[in-house]
Amino acid sequence: MIRRLAIATAAAALLAAGCGGDGDEQPTLAALEKKFICPTCQTTLELSNAPVADRMRDFIRQRLAAGDSEEEIEEALVAQFGEAVLASPPKEGFNLLAWVLPLAGGAVAVAAVAVALRRWSRSRPAAGPAPAGAEPLDPELERRVDEELARFEG
Amino acid sequence: MARRVKLILQAAAVFVVVLLVALLGWKVTDVAEGRGLDAALERGERPAAPQLTLDSLDGEGEIRLADFRGKAVVLNFWASWCEPCKDEAPLLEDVWQRYRDEGLVVLGIDAQDFRSDAQRFVDRFGLTYPIAFDGHGSSLGKFGNTGFPETWFVGRDGRLVGDHFVGPFTREQLEENVRAALDTPAR
Repeated sequence: MIRRLAIATAAAALLAAGCGGDGDEQPTLAALEKKFICPTCQTTLELSNAPVADRMRDFIRQRLAAGDSEEEIEEALVAQFGEAVLASPPKEGFNLLAWVLPLAGGAVAVAAVAVALRRWSRSRPAAGPAPAGAEPLDPELERRVDEELARFEG
Repeated sequence: MARRVKLILQAAAVFVVVLLVALLGWKVTDVAEGRGLDAALERGERPAAPQLTLDSLDGEGEIRLADFRGKAVVLNFWASWCEPCKDEAPLLEDVWQRYRDEGLVVLGIDAQDFRSDAQRFVDRFGLTYPIAFDGHGSSLGKFGNTGFPETWFVGRDGRLVGDHFVGPFTREQLEENVRAALDTPAR
């Protein structure tokens, strides 16, 4: 069970990490608007109608028309506005922590829950027949219980 | 052994929490520093202007605010996409031309902008005063600026003086504050 959970978590992490690459496809303005932040309003371009966001959209449109790749456009915008213009931090250097820490935190949390569940299930007494050494029921009491149950059910 | 591991994990958790609190404190203090300037001016105080070192817009070296010590400085934060900045530019060029011999410097700081757009703006309005380029906008937080345009006045002693304009100023307001900045002692 725990192993399955760990495999599922690792697979989800790999999928999440793999979602960043779009291969060689030409990016669209709509896709890029989600990847850059308007420096004055601190929202992604798709949500901003600030003048600087309009200007950034124009810039992206021009670069797309010129056939630039997503990386080239990103490089040009970072050169003008700094890394704060990126909606997601780059997956390198110190910024890598922003990607690794949540995944590591999630993995630690899953492991902690798994360990806690395991300990909890071990500490619970097993259900089933009365444990050995338990006192047998008094015959008179057993007879009265049976009578009461018969009356209740009848 | 297990107890030791537990202690180490607890110490690591406490360390991470302390680190996050310290980061939060640093960020809050950093923002509050700029906001404090405005409040100090309103109380009639003259706080020291934050230090600025930025690339010049024309790419020829750096511009440091400290280099203008002994002169009065009009510090104007602008961007080419800012509409009121277009009205202010001719007024700023005018005071720069008229008062530069008395020791006035108009320092424009173009922030959160494309360098090429800023250069076109400068050419269009024939601006000749020094202009620094701050595409990242790192200087804005030092002054607690929240938009464009914003204008501060720095006395000859490196301390802020007069009004802080959030948004456009009139010709009269500009003249009045330029005079106040020029009248400060060089010290």
